[in-house]
Amino acid sequence: MARYLRRTIAQIAFVIIGIAIINFFLLRLAPGDAAQVMAGEAGSATPEYMAALRKQFGLDQPLYVQFFSYLKNVLTLNLGYSFRQGMPVSDLILQRLPATLLLMGTSIAFAVSIGGMLGLLAARQAGKLADTLISALALLFYATPVFWIGVMLVVVFSVLLDWLPVGGMASVEAGLTGLAYAADVGRHLILPATTLGLFYLAIYTRLMRASMLEVYGQDFVRTARAKGVRPRRIAVRHVLRNALLPIVTTLGVQLGSILGGAILVETVFAWPGLGRLAFEALFQRDLNLLLGILFCSSVVVVLVNLAVDLAYTALDPRIELS
Amino acid sequence: MSDPVLAVERLNISFHTRRGVLRAVRDLSFHVERGETLAIVGESGCGKSITALSLLGLVPEPGRVEGDAVRLEGRNLLALPEAKLRRLRGARIAMIFQEPMTALNPVLTVGEQIMEAILEHEKVSRAAARDRALALLERVRIPDAKRRFSDYPHRLSGGMRQRVVIAMALALSPAVLVADEPTTALDVTIQAQILELIDELKRENGTAVVLITHDLGVVAEHSDRVLVMYAGRKVEARATADLFARPLHPYTRGLIAARPQPGGGRARLAEIPGTVPSLFAMPAGCAFAPRCAVAEPACGVAVPPLMPAEDGAVACIRAGEIHVPEPAREALRA
Amino acid sequence: MTVFEISAPAAPAPRARDGLLLRLLRQPSAAVGLTLLVLIIAMAASANLVFPDDPLDMVTQPFLWPGEDAAYPLGTDMLGRDIASGIFHGARVSLLIGAVATLVSLVIGVGTGALSGYYGGRLDAVLMRVTELFQTIPPFLFALAIVAILQPSIPTITVAIGITAWPSLARLVRAEVLKLRHGELVQASIALGASDLRIIVLHILPNTLAPVIVSASILVASAILTESSLAFLGLGDPNVVSWGGMVGAGREVLRTDWYVATIPGLAIVTAVLALNLLGDGLNDALNPKEAAR
Repeated sequence: MARYLRRTIAQIAFVIIGIAIINFFLLRLAPGDAAQVMAGEAGSATPEYMAALRKQFGLDQPLYVQFFSYLKNVLTLNLGYSFRQGMPVSDLILQRLPATLLLMGTSIAFAVSIGGMLGLLAARQAGKLADTLISALALLFYATPVFWIGVMLVVVFSVLLDWLPVGGMASVEAGLTGLAYAADVGRHLILPATTLGLFYLAIYTRLMRASMLEVYGQDFVRTARAKGVRPRRIAVRHVLRNALLPIVTTLGVQLGSILGGAILVETVFAWPGLGRLAFEALFQRDLNLLLGILFCSSVVVVLVNLAVDLAYTALDPRIELS
Repeated sequence: MSDPVLAVERLNISFHTRRGVLRAVRDLSFHVERGETLAIVGESGCGKSITALSLLGLVPEPGRVEGDAVRLEGRNLLALPEAKLRRLRGARIAMIFQEPMTALNPVLTVGEQIMEAILEHEKVSRAAARDRALALLERVRIPDAKRRFSDYPHRLSGGMRQRVVIAMALALSPAVLVADEPTTALDVTIQAQILELIDELKRENGTAVVLITHDLGVVAEHSDRVLVMYAGRKVEARATADLFARPLHPYTRGLIAARPQPGGGRARLAEIPGTVPSLFAMPAGCAFAPRCAVAEPACGVAVPPLMPAEDGAVACIRAGEIHVPEPAREALRA
Repeated sequence: MTVFEISAPAAPAPRARDGLLLRLLRQPSAAVGLTLLVLIIAMAASANLVFPDDPLDMVTQPFLWPGEDAAYPLGTDMLGRDIASGIFHGARVSLLIGAVATLVSLVIGVGTGALSGYYGGRLDAVLMRVTELFQTIPPFLFALAIVAILQPSIPTITVAIGITAWPSLARLVRAEVLKLRHGELVQASIALGASDLRIIVLHILPNTLAPVIVSASILVASAILTESSLAFLGLGDPNVVSWGGMVGAGREVLRTDWYVATIPGLAIVTAVLALNLLGDGLNDALNPKEAAR
C-alpha cells in the first residue's frame, strides 16, 4: 500500500510537471510574447496589465528562470488572472467545475447503465434480431459527432416539439428555489446529458457486448451451468461481474475524451461549465485561461483515474495495490 | 442386476457448421451402475469430452444432441425441457472439469461458489448452506478449510482448486459424477490424490462415475469398465481387467502397446501411426482402417457392427481371428 | 474446449490464401463501409470538376431548401452558398486532414511503441511515462489549445490532431513488439548479429501490421470527428469549407432552416461510419480467430 501511494504520488507529480512544461512551451509557440498572448489580442489590455504580466512571468529573465517561476505558480495553484473575465483563473475554474461534473456524471451514469443493459441484452441474444439492431444502432451513434447530435436534438425536442429548453442550466427569470429549482435544472439537463451520453452509450454497448460474450465463453461459466445455476443468475452473478472489469478500466481511459465532448455539448446548450468557459476563452483569445482549463482538467483526469484504480481493486480480488 | 443409474442409448451429437455437418458422436450406447466407474478413453477429438457435456445437456452451440435416450435414474434427459434439466444438473448429475485453474469464478470466494450449488437446489438458510459448504471443504481434505472458505480461487493451487470443484460437484450427493480428464492439468503426485479422493467419495456415497481420460494408467487403476472411442464411435467396451488382459480391437491394442512402462510418466497416445480422419470426411468403412496394421479390403466397405465379445462388445470384423502372442499378453498384464 | 479439439484436426488453414480484399468483401458490413468510403473519396476527387467554383462563394439566393431548385439539389445556406458544393469540397478537407493526422500519429505512435518495446528498461519507462502524460491530457481540449494558439489552418489542425491521438497506438505497438521481442525469429536475428534497426524494421514492424492497420482506420475516423468538432467551434481553416464548420454556421438558423445544419452532419456520419465499418471488417479479416467468437 505504501509503495502504491508513493508510486501514485510520483505519477501525479510527473503529470503535473509534464503539463506545466507543455503549457509553458505552448504559450511560447504563439505569435507575440507571452504577455501579449495571455492578455488576449493587442489593444484589449492596459499597458499596466501587460507590464504586470511581464513582471509576473519575468519575461526579461532567461528561459529556465521563467520556467521555474511558472512552475512555482502552477504548483501553488496560481494560474494567473483572466483579464477578460475579471477574475483569477483558478476561481473561475472552481466556479464552473460543478456544472461540468454534474453534466459528465449524469452522462456517464446514463451511458454506462443503458449501454451496459443494451450490451447485456445484445450478448444474450447474440446473432439474433435484437443483437443486430442494438449493434447497428451502437455503430451509428459511435459515428455521429457529439455536437451534431446536440443540434439535432435541439431541432426535434426544442424547436419542433417545444418540450425542453434550448439551453442554459436554469430558467433564470423564474427565481425558483429548492426542489422546484432542482427539477428545473433537471429539465435543462436532459438534452445535454443525452447528447453527451449517446456517444459513450454506443461505446459501452459495444464494449459490454464483447466483454459479456468473452466471459460467457469462459470455463467458470460452464462450471456454474453444470452446477445448475439459473441462466439469469449466471448472467448477473458470474458473467456481469467479470464483464464489468474492462468497462471500469475504459471509463478511466475515456474520461479525458468525455471532457472534450463536454466542451462541445456545453457550447451547443450554453451549459455554464468548464467547456463553455473554454469556448469563451477561445473566442476572447484568453489563452492563459484556456491553458488553465487544460491544466485543471488533466488534474481531474489523474484524480478520477486514481479513484478508478481503487474501484478496480474492490471489484477484482486478483488485483492488489502495489 | 438393478436398473443402471445412467443409461445412454444411441446417442448422436453433430455440429452444423458452415463447412458442413460434423458428426462428433455416433450411435453411442453405454450404461453405468451405482458405485461403478466407467472409463471412456480415446485420443483427443474422439468425442469423449463432448459426450461428457451432453450428459448434462451442456453441448455448446451449434452442437445438436439426438438419440434414443439419455436416462438418468429412469428419466430421459433428452426429452426434458431446459428448466427441468437445470434442476437435475448439479443435484443428480454433476461434473468435474479438466482445467481447475479456470473452472472457478475469479471474483467469488471459494465458499460462496460451493454455497451457490446448494442454494440453487435446496431451500435452506444461508447459514445452513455455509455450514454444509464448510463441511464439504473439510471432506475433500482442504487444509485449514475455515480460512480457505473466504479465499478467492487465485490464492489456491491447482490441486486445491480441483478439490473445490469436487466439493462443489458433490454438494448435493449426485447419483452420477462425470469427471472430464480431472487430473490432466495436475502434477503426477496430486493426480493420484485427486483420483483416490474421487474413489473414496464414490465408495461412501455409491455414486456412479463416468471418468473421461486418455490416460490408460488412470483407467487401469480407477475404473471397473472401459469404453474405447475412436472417431466418434464406440469400438470396444469391456471390463477393465479383461480389456488389459485381452484387448480385442486393434486400436485398443495399439493404445495399450503405446502405453509407457509403469513409472515412465503419462501416456500420450500418439504412437499409433497416422492420424484420426477428419470428422467432416469419414471413410466409408471402419474409421480406424487407414491406420490399422491388420486391415483388409473388407474393412473399407462398411462400418463394422458392435459384436458381443467376452462379456463386452467390440466393433472389428477381424476381432475374433487375431492371435495375440502369449508373451505379449503377459507383458501387458504386468 | 472440446469443440475445438474436435474440429482442430479437421479444419484446414483459414482461408488465408484469399486476398484481403476478397475476405473483406465477404462481410456485408465491411463491404458497405468500403463502398461508402470509395464514394466519399470519389466525391473528394471530383469536387473541382463537378463544382469548379469556390464553395465559399455566394452563387444564388439564400435559403433554398433541398429540392427546391434542381440546380442546387441540397439547397443553399444563409449566404446563398451551394451546400452540395460544400459537401464535395468538404470531403477533400476531411479526408486530407484525417489521413495526414493519422500519418503523424502513426509515426509518433509506432516509433514510440517500437523503441519502448524493443529496448525496454529505462527508455521504456521514460517513453511510457510520456505516453501516459499525453493520455492524461484531454485530447480534444489539447488539440483545441494548440490550434487556438497557432491559429487555425490545415497544417496546424492536422498536426494538433496528430500529436494528440498517438498514445493508444504506442501502447498497442509496444505490446505487440514485446510479444515478438523474445520470439525465435528475433532471437535468431540477434544471434546472427543483425543491427537493431534492421531487426525492428524487417522482423518486428511487419508483424505488427495487422493491428496497426485496424487502428489506423479507426484513427482516421476519429481524426475526422475531431476536425469537424474543431471547425464546429470556429477553429477550422477559414479559407476552406469544412463539414463541421457548415454545421456550426447552420446552428444560427436552426429555428427556421434546420436543413443547413443537418446535411453536412449526415456527411460526417457517413464518412466516420464507413471508416468504422471498414475497421471492424479489417479486424475480422486480419484476425480470423477472434472473429469466430
